[in-house]
Amino acid sequence: MYKNFFKYLISAIFLLGFSVNSSADFKVGFVYVGPTGDHGWTFQHHEGRNAVEAAGIKTTFVESVPEGADAERVIRQLAQSGHDLIFTTSFGYMDPTNKVAKDFPNVKFEHATGYKREHSNVSTYSARFYEGRTLLGHIAGKMTKTNTIGYIASFPIPEVIRGINAMTLAAQKVNPNIKTKIVWVFTWYDPGKEAEAAQALIDQGADVIMQHTDSTAPVQTAEKAGVWSFGQASDMQRFAPKSILTSIIDDWAPYYVERAIAARDGTWNQQDTWHGLKEGMVAMGPYNSAMGADLVKEVEQLQKDLASGKVHSFTGPIYDQKGNILVAEGKVADDGMLAGMSVYVKGVEGDIPK
Amino acid sequence: MALYFFTPFIAIILTILGGGIIFYILGFNPIEALKFYFLTPISNLYGLSELLLKATPLCLIAIGLSFCFKSNNWNIGAEGQLTFGAIVGGGVALLFYNQEGFYILPLIIIAGAIGGMIFALIPAILKTYFNTNEILVSLMLVYVSKLLLDYLVVGPWSNPEGFNFPETRQFSDSSRMPLLFEGLRIHAGIFLALAAVMLSWFVLYKTYLGFKIKVSGLSLKTAKYAGFKGKTMILVVFMISGACAGLAGVGEITGPIGQLHRMISPDYGFTAIIVAFLGRLNPFGIIFASLVVALTYLGAETAQIFLQIPKYTGQVFQGMILFFLLASDYLLFFKVKILSLKKNELRH
Repeated sequence: MYKNFFKYLISAIFLLGFSVNSSADFKVGFVYVGPTGDHGWTFQHHEGRNAVEAAGIKTTFVESVPEGADAERVIRQLAQSGHDLIFTTSFGYMDPTNKVAKDFPNVKFEHATGYKREHSNVSTYSARFYEGRTLLGHIAGKMTKTNTIGYIASFPIPEVIRGINAMTLAAQKVNPNIKTKIVWVFTWYDPGKEAEAAQALIDQGADVIMQHTDSTAPVQTAEKAGVWSFGQASDMQRFAPKSILTSIIDDWAPYYVERAIAARDGTWNQQDTWHGLKEGMVAMGPYNSAMGADLVKEVEQLQKDLASGKVHSFTGPIYDQKGNILVAEGKVADDGMLAGMSVYVKGVEGDIPK
Repeated sequence: MALYFFTPFIAIILTILGGGIIFYILGFNPIEALKFYFLTPISNLYGLSELLLKATPLCLIAIGLSFCFKSNNWNIGAEGQLTFGAIVGGGVALLFYNQEGFYILPLIIIAGAIGGMIFALIPAILKTYFNTNEILVSLMLVYVSKLLLDYLVVGPWSNPEGFNFPETRQFSDSSRMPLLFEGLRIHAGIFLALAAVMLSWFVLYKTYLGFKIKVSGLSLKTAKYAGFKGKTMILVVFMISGACAGLAGVGEITGPIGQLHRMISPDYGFTAIIVAFLGRLNPFGIIFASLVVALTYLGAETAQIFLQIPKYTGQVFQGMILFFLLASDYLLFFKVKILSLKKNELRH
């Protein structure tokens, strides 16, 4: 009791001494894992923040926050300094976000790509990137001459495996001879490693390169080697104008604006959001004219069908690498299966690292 | 001699002035920016606890490094020793997963120290018996240990319920450092750092080993002439250094992190090199230096939160401290004379 009293007394004195003006204004905080200039993952979250700011809501961000012991302090400081809603935009912030949320029940937290919502003030959100991968697979299957697609993968988590499978299934539909070769780089952002992986895949005969990492290095390597590529997370066309066929764009802006306004107006509720092409959280960059008008038309139709729900990325029959059935004919994979996906479909080469 | 210990303060003051100028050029009110940088982060108990939390691994590693640096052994790979110590300690923690017992944490701590020690012995043995360059070997081993950690958390040690995410299970409570205060993250690991400070002071200034280390640092030839066995000493200082780094690694994973994953250290092993030199390789100087450098990390975060100053200023500040320290040393140890040379003198 007395110990606590002195603790509060001391902190009160300190706070009086250098009090920080935490105004009553509604404020939103963002925690980024990379630099705002990565032109990929963090860049797009920053664009989302700009949209919130444009909607007249004050925002703050902290970039390049390591996913280790420092994350909790940064999140806590944002909560302490009068931020009412905090977006933590990387998987590694999952435990720290939930820990801080427990101590700040009046602050709302939104964690990207995680699955833990331990307190009523924590929501999670992610995008159905795999719908974009289906479109890439369709394009890649049509564009490849060597029937080999190179895929630079980050970590063997369900999200990444889902993307590999969705792409392979779509490519097989238009080109049954397709093979998917994968290089695991075990990083989200390392331009050097990503470029090396791209080159290794090209050397193995891949003439279409795609990646589930954040930098522009793979598309630049593809441009130099004269093979096709796709932008990831952000429209990367200007980094490889000849090589890029299209980009998967993560558009967080509408979601961020909607959630910020909801939190400000007191209508915010805990939820688990998984939006895709339909809601616009996944969008496509401009299609390269080298694809030809027919293919562009086909892909645009497929994009519409995916958005409307007429076509699902994982429609049976789907087999795993050994030929066991995963999804029966006429059925589609449910969200539970997608969320925990941990096996390759038939046609993907190699094993998932274990 | 007094000046020797005074120059770090000069360096810090110059850094603050330099920082103020940079903030001014960037268009911020320098006084306000510096306040957010150096005062706001430690203006409450939570901030002070975070400062100590951040300074603990830096202090531990720097203490170990001071043994190496004092004896002219350039161990640049403390980051690798930290990582390997954390791997060994974390392995023990996972071995005792879901078990309780007072002996578990001490075992983990010892395992971590031994892990760091073994990893530091590699460059030391290669140096003593094969004459390799310890700077290169210890530095390259950093990448070896990080790749090994990557492999373990992705593969054999990954959490079976964790959807393949690259991290292990959360350690059980008996594998965690006890917290010193409810609600604050500062943990018992700080006592390891303080013990290291005391012990290193005793060894360096009160024992024959310390004397040998210092002599070898001042002049290798003298040490040889005096009959000191150089090889054993190299092994010993590397082992001390590695053990300290290993302890720092264990402190992080059993303290604030509570599991193994790929980001257990934001390059503490490299930053500790700055801390060691800013602290003049003196145990008590290192305490002070670790607090200053820890503050540059916290300050960079607060400055970005409140003023949106780019977070990389933290690294700029660390760089400036080292730069001003080296510059002050230069002016301290070398007399600057402006010479006017005559034309015929130039020909020689």
